Amino acid sequence: MSREWPLWEVFIRGQHGMSHRHVGSLHAPDSERAIKNARDVYTRRNEGVSIWVVEAKHIAASSPSEKGPMFEPSRDKVYRHPTFYDIPDEVGKM
Amino acid sequence: MYAQMIKSEATQEDTEKLAAFQARIDAGQKIEPKDWMPEGYRKTLIRQIGQHAHSEIVGQLPEGNWITRAPSLERKANLLAKVQDEAGHGLYLYCAAETLGVSRDELTEMLLDGRMKYSSIFNYPTLTWADMGAVGWLVDGAAIMNQVPLQRTSYGPYARAMVRICKEESFHQRQGYHLLMHMMKGTKEQRRMCQDAMNRMWYPALMMFGPSDKDSVHSEQSMRWKIKMNTNDELRQKFVDETVPQAKYLGLEIPDENLRWNDERGHYDFSEPDWSEFFDVIKGNGPCNVDRIAARQKAWDDGAWVREAMLAHADKKAARRAAGELKNVA
Amino acid sequence: MSSDPHLVEFFLRQGDNALVLGHRLSEWCGMGPALEEDIALTNTALDLIGQSKLWLAHAAEIEGADRSADDLAFLRDAYDFRNVLLLEVPNADYGRTMLREFFFDAFQLPWLKALTDSTDDRVAEVAAKSAKEAAYHLERSAETVIALGDGTDESHAKMMAALDYLWPYVGEMMVDDDVDHAMAEAGVAPLPSAMRPAWDDTVNATFREAQLPRPDTKFAHAGGRNGFRHTEHLGHMLAQMQVLQRSHPGATW
Repeated sequence: MSREWPLWEVFIRGQHGMSHRHVGSLHAPDSERAIKNARDVYTRRNEGVSIWVVEAKHIAASSPSEKGPMFEPSRDKVYRHPTFYDIPDEVGKM
Repeated sequence: MYAQMIKSEATQEDTEKLAAFQARIDAGQKIEPKDWMPEGYRKTLIRQIGQHAHSEIVGQLPEGNWITRAPSLERKANLLAKVQDEAGHGLYLYCAAETLGVSRDELTEMLLDGRMKYSSIFNYPTLTWADMGAVGWLVDGAAIMNQVPLQRTSYGPYARAMVRICKEESFHQRQGYHLLMHMMKGTKEQRRMCQDAMNRMWYPALMMFGPSDKDSVHSEQSMRWKIKMNTNDELRQKFVDETVPQAKYLGLEIPDENLRWNDERGHYDFSEPDWSEFFDVIKGNGPCNVDRIAARQKAWDDGAWVREAMLAHADKKAARRAAGELKNVA
Repeated sequence: MSSDPHLVEFFLRQGDNALVLGHRLSEWCGMGPALEEDIALTNTALDLIGQSKLWLAHAAEIEGADRSADDLAFLRDAYDFRNVLLLEVPNADYGRTMLREFFFDAFQLPWLKALTDSTDDRVAEVAAKSAKEAAYHLERSAETVIALGDGTDESHAKMMAALDYLWPYVGEMMVDDDVDHAMAEAGVAPLPSAMRPAWDDTVNATFREAQLPRPDTKFAHAGGRNGFRHTEHLGHMLAQMQVLQRSHPGATW
């Protein structure tokens, strides 16, 4: 079997100024083509205004076995969330 | 369905790990690519997602058959967009399968050499323009029955692909029905085409859900793993119940003299398709099996030089860039 | 400006170019060399079919003969089509398909940009929408021609064969006739020959990167833009494209 086009992960920023979001993957011979392919595959319904592509092999990911140590410590830090702080209604919108 | 007769793999692994895995699924958690999973789960999923992807790609052919003959500019664009969506859906699904450690090229080779299957429905021919309506209405309609619950399947990448597919596919069934509605208001020949399509497509559409659960040995494990969400018979019944009134509205007759409402069950009674025909089609003896695979093989072979050349050019470009950078440093 | 035959002719030329090329590209749907290429090429086909609808609807309206865009597409015979020959010849392989696309895009982008200044609002409007699409088509087709010309020995040989076949057809795009002069005088469109420098620049730059030589022959087939003598291929394309409309007169779909 001949060599396969590498796999790319595609991130698209939608119309409303949100962050780029992972939308899926595709194959392409290089990054320039991957961006064009992403445009043709993932924005057919007017979904985006900006595209990032990253070759899948370059993505470093946290390991699922470390899920506990990685994410559980943040679970009890409720003080990072706005609802932790009771503010009287009279103060108005905050 | 698009994934029919998927054999679940037996699993022989650490019972403690297995129990924890099952507990996660029961709790509605998603399994992600790097998570531990039983080998049987992985293999069954590859087979199922792969077959689903192949069905999308082979499924381009019967409809693609009419793109160059579409009777108006509007219909031509609609059909083209729909067949293109199927290529997209195949692409999303292959990518989901790739997270399980198999490459798209490997999956393609397995389709071409017959190790992997695709849905039996695509081995039937599209003979008139009305088939473009019947395929959209009945075939996509049947597919949606299965795909909507699969958005909740346990494997994360598969579920996410299904969410995207369901969102895009919502127009397909309506496009088919719309086309038939228009033709049924047309000439006698147009109405004849519609009924003819109905006569040919009805039972193959029922077969899409796979054989009865009584004969389906693999369902149980897959349902426990939440990679199969409903039984074949449940989905088939739901499809019949929804389709009968739609056919009536069109003025089309369903080719089944046993079809009638059963008050007691609260469902329609209907005739089973001829399962010997189904098994013939699965074995390769459907009306179009040979042509479909030949078409895919030709596209694959004809495209080889293009895929290689684009990669070779990318390599050369990278090498030139690197050489240029070296020169700048020196 | 009602029923100006030159103006009708002008709109037909734009519409037929888009329709015939869109149809040729649509033949690839489901057969592309990779899923990504298949999907991308279909996007181009959809753009072109969309453009053809706009041009032909205007042509029908200006003609004033109670015909629709669909009537023009599906009920005219080959000698009433006004596309250039380049666009009707068969796709053959992916290389020839993309090289043809590139030759057309390299003309179409400066052409459509110029048409946005047309004195005819309909022309300017369709051109403005189409020019954005053409800009992307050109980026993609040029990049593909470069990759396939530069890629492997095999791909280079195939691109050379495609070049030999297509080159005699490119000239027709940039030869002026009476219709063109009438349009230029009315300020509807520039002369097609005025696109030559831009087209040459694009082709030369792309060919350099693609390692493709520019043929020195200037010979150019003609007969498509005026309908005098199409290739044999157009008849077959129309036989397929028009089959339902022709065999069921009066039916709507």
